Amino acid sequence: MRQPKQYGFFVDTAKCTGCKTCQVACKDKNDLPVGINYRRVYEYGGGGYQVNADNIIEVQDVYAYYASISCNHCSKPACVKVCPTGAMHKRRKDGLVLIDQAQCMACGRCHKACPYDAPQMDFESGHMTKCDGCHERIAEGRLPICVESCPMRALDFGPMDELKAKYPDHRDIAPLPNPKRTQPNLLVRANKHARASGEGDGDVLNWAEGLVNFPWESKGKLG
Amino acid sequence: MQRRYFLKMSASLTGAAALSGCNPFADKASTAATPLAPESVNWSACLVNCGSNCPLKVFSRDGIITRIETDHSFEDGYGNHQVRACLRGRSVRQRVYAPDRLKYPMKRVGPRGSGQYERISWDEALDTIHQKLGGIIEQHGNESVFFTYNSGAYYHFGGKQNYYRLMNLLGGYLGSYGDYSWGQMYQAAKYTYGSEALAYAGSAMAEMSNADLVLMLGYNPSEIRMSGSGEAYDFLMMQQSGRFKTIIVDPRYTDSALGKEDQWLPIRPGTDAAMAEAIAFELISQNRIDQTFLDTYCQGFDERTLPDGVPYAASYKSHILDNTDPASLQPGPNAKTPEWAAKITGIPADTLRQLAKQLADTAESGRVYVQIAASLNRHAAGENTIRAMYMLPLMLGQLGLPGTNTGALPSGASMHAPRMPMGSNPVDKSISFFTWTQAVEDGANMTVLRDGVKMPEDQLDANGDGKLNTGIKAIINYAGNALINQHADTNRTEQILQDESKCEFILVVDNWMTPSARYADIVLPDVTWLESEDLISQGYAAGNTATVVQMSSSVGPMFECRNSYDVCTELAKRFGVEDAFTEGKTTQDWLDQFYAEAQAANPGLPDKEVMLKQGVYRQYLPQGSHIALEDFRKDPQAHPLDTPSGKIEIYATPLAYKEAHWQLPDGQQERVTAIPKYSPHRDGYEDVETRQRYPLQLTGYHTKGRVHSSYHNVPWLREAVQDAVWINPMDAAERGLKTDDKVRVWNDRGEIEVAVKVTPRIMPGVAALGQGAWFKGGQFQGGKVDTGGCLNTLTSQQPTPLSKGNGQHTNLVEIGKAPQQAEKSTEE
Repeated sequence: MRQPKQYGFFVDTAKCTGCKTCQVACKDKNDLPVGINYRRVYEYGGGGYQVNADNIIEVQDVYAYYASISCNHCSKPACVKVCPTGAMHKRRKDGLVLIDQAQCMACGRCHKACPYDAPQMDFESGHMTKCDGCHERIAEGRLPICVESCPMRALDFGPMDELKAKYPDHRDIAPLPNPKRTQPNLLVRANKHARASGEGDGDVLNWAEGLVNFPWESKGKLG
Repeated sequence: MQRRYFLKMSASLTGAAALSGCNPFADKASTAATPLAPESVNWSACLVNCGSNCPLKVFSRDGIITRIETDHSFEDGYGNHQVRACLRGRSVRQRVYAPDRLKYPMKRVGPRGSGQYERISWDEALDTIHQKLGGIIEQHGNESVFFTYNSGAYYHFGGKQNYYRLMNLLGGYLGSYGDYSWGQMYQAAKYTYGSEALAYAGSAMAEMSNADLVLMLGYNPSEIRMSGSGEAYDFLMMQQSGRFKTIIVDPRYTDSALGKEDQWLPIRPGTDAAMAEAIAFELISQNRIDQTFLDTYCQGFDERTLPDGVPYAASYKSHILDNTDPASLQPGPNAKTPEWAAKITGIPADTLRQLAKQLADTAESGRVYVQIAASLNRHAAGENTIRAMYMLPLMLGQLGLPGTNTGALPSGASMHAPRMPMGSNPVDKSISFFTWTQAVEDGANMTVLRDGVKMPEDQLDANGDGKLNTGIKAIINYAGNALINQHADTNRTEQILQDESKCEFILVVDNWMTPSARYADIVLPDVTWLESEDLISQGYAAGNTATVVQMSSSVGPMFECRNSYDVCTELAKRFGVEDAFTEGKTTQDWLDQFYAEAQAANPGLPDKEVMLKQGVYRQYLPQGSHIALEDFRKDPQAHPLDTPSGKIEIYATPLAYKEAHWQLPDGQQERVTAIPKYSPHRDGYEDVETRQRYPLQLTGYHTKGRVHSSYHNVPWLREAVQDAVWINPMDAAERGLKTDDKVRVWNDRGEIEVAVKVTPRIMPGVAALGQGAWFKGGQFQGGKVDTGGCLNTLTSQQPTPLSKGNGQHTNLVEIGKAPQQAEKSTEE
């Protein structure tokens, strides 16, 4: 039997400059208000300085890089598993994880379960929302708006087998969680400074830049 | 759980603005089911001052913009790649439909700055302008009319050119030279290389691919030249080829770094010249200068090439070594050693020595490409800083060759599209772009020798001095925000503008109620780019890709907005110069003429019918690469520079004259000097007295979240790129600050309130704030505290010594928790 397709994303963290064009292009296409971001750009960095008595910086090991993340349309989607109504579902024909709005009761369990913060609550309409892989664009032979918008060509999208062949050089890096949990369909080319997933000595530095969907949470969820 | 999240939120979200498909200015979409009209597609462009002018593909329905895409119509491959707009262009729909859109002409009914306006008719607005402007010209002369610097709308047909054209027909206006971006660089380039254009017309980005080492002195294409066809993408592609090493010198670990750097050297703002002098010391002491180059092409490096009668002690080499014997390399007590520079710059002496060695080693067998950012020129002693940095390629003999650069900003690829001709200005006096507030206050006493007034030589007195006849009485501010926001010292600027006996009339033309618009007497609503037809070309910093874009519209004009050609035609009518203004042509006549001229200049440009659909015409390096001063390097006799000596003037003869004759205010530390010299300066790291009160250096930078102040009123962008003052974790700990705290930043000039970002990406002792946030201080808004977080509430109007320009990155401040924040943490 022919294997169903599984779509996924690729992000090159050596190219990404954290410009957020993907995030904003997505918002324009999907009419998203401030507070809802189907694609989020995590700034990760660390290191420090040794300064001597003359105020000279003797040593520094500062680094930073960005990771642009949307929904990874996981092979073991935690959001689907916890959804009490079946609104959150994984489409067999292309592996995209989608929400049936009519069935969503906005309970927020998927928000708690997803280690990538992909489900984004629309507090005005009272529904959970998320990246749908721009499936209507895919059907027209286009790429998702984020991918086509990227000024640095750091993003890609396609069937995972094709992406893996195209980008054999990929790693699991911080601040992303261990992929074993949900088997995300995401390939990441590592930045020179990349820290391994779960082992980073740095921090996410930009929680204020659209990474927090639930306003009473001071930090967004990653991991 | 369950519905709790939703219920909890619905109360707090009542103020949230939503974009809607039907009426974009309404709060909520109508749910009535009406059949959808077909979608229209037009091409427009983002015409702000980042240097790129990216094409935008505008989708609309029934005159309402529905979404934006960019250039995607063909296979994307570097060299013939799509011109992808950045997040700013992508967010333009929210900008066009911003709640603060100017919809009608208005007149001011409260004090300047109060923001109190009343809607008036176009006729009343135009009659008022005619009467006020005409009266002022009659009473005070054309020299009393001034255009504040503006760069918010790079139209070719419908933009600012029309206002300048009109004023030229009315007898002219007080001219200005320089600009807020490059004011000090122009002068540095003029006196060193004989051309102001050498400030920005350096080698093409493409030459990086012939280099072995790229030294980026503050240069940060990934945040400043972000367009997806521009310098950021060119830099990325060339850097990732692995051909050259990249060294970035910057107080911030910028987005141009992020692993692309082989080395990042954090340096204290305003001290770059000291770094250059330490490298000079090493190169000279170790006999690693390119003596043949310096002897052949330069004036005044040492005794061999000084002008007749000028002693060795006046040479650059003597200054660096602090000695008086040309035959000796023995340094004096004030030699510019790496140890000396380390304490100023914060870079260890050994690192400076290694850098000098690496530069010299590379130059011996390969190529060094030096790129000096304009940020270095925006300092209190910016002219000398840029001149000091020019010494690096000069001492290494690394310019005029493949893979090298003079230090200038890269020449962008370009194709020609005509602009509305402005005519020439009959007024022959001009002031620096930056001294206009002084000219409002006391223009009649501004002079050539003290204030940098320029006027024809035959009007100067025996001492070479002269003065303006009058202060500025009328200001025209078109698509600009330098009337308050982008000019230095907002509080002082507001005071000056509020005195209606000084500047009697202010006209602002814009799309939004900007901080500048709040000071206008009459406000006119311009159309936005998305409502305009125009033929535009790439900006001034497009990297290797040149473009021509045919803009058209299915969505405008909105409200009572009118383009500036129409408005100026109406004004010309009132002033009796309509025929001269229009030359008897209609708008369509002009557009047709411009198109024909563009086709003549670019034979490959398709016909307009094709371009209306295709939008973009592009060429990768249409003129090939460019090596700055290539001809001069090949044959200096045949291609002399436009300096008095025809050579590169390290010792600049005109500056020696100015050093002796110009008058600087008492106590101004920054000087005009014949050779480039680092000097301590006001509000700099070595201003120990001020630093006792204000211990942190504060530098501005170009945030990705807007372009200067353009796009500040776009919520998507305010969310995507936080406006926060960056502070190092060590400095934050001393002050008990954590990321996202509200803080106050203050000095003697003012106080702002802004969020703080604690990050190792800014070096200790330095804070950084993205410039351009909209001023919300002053008498009618924040009072003492500018809650808009505008950097210029903290910057100084003290002009730099030579260009009389803007040292807006040179600031000392203190930072502490905002009062309410402080109370909150006590309660915790």
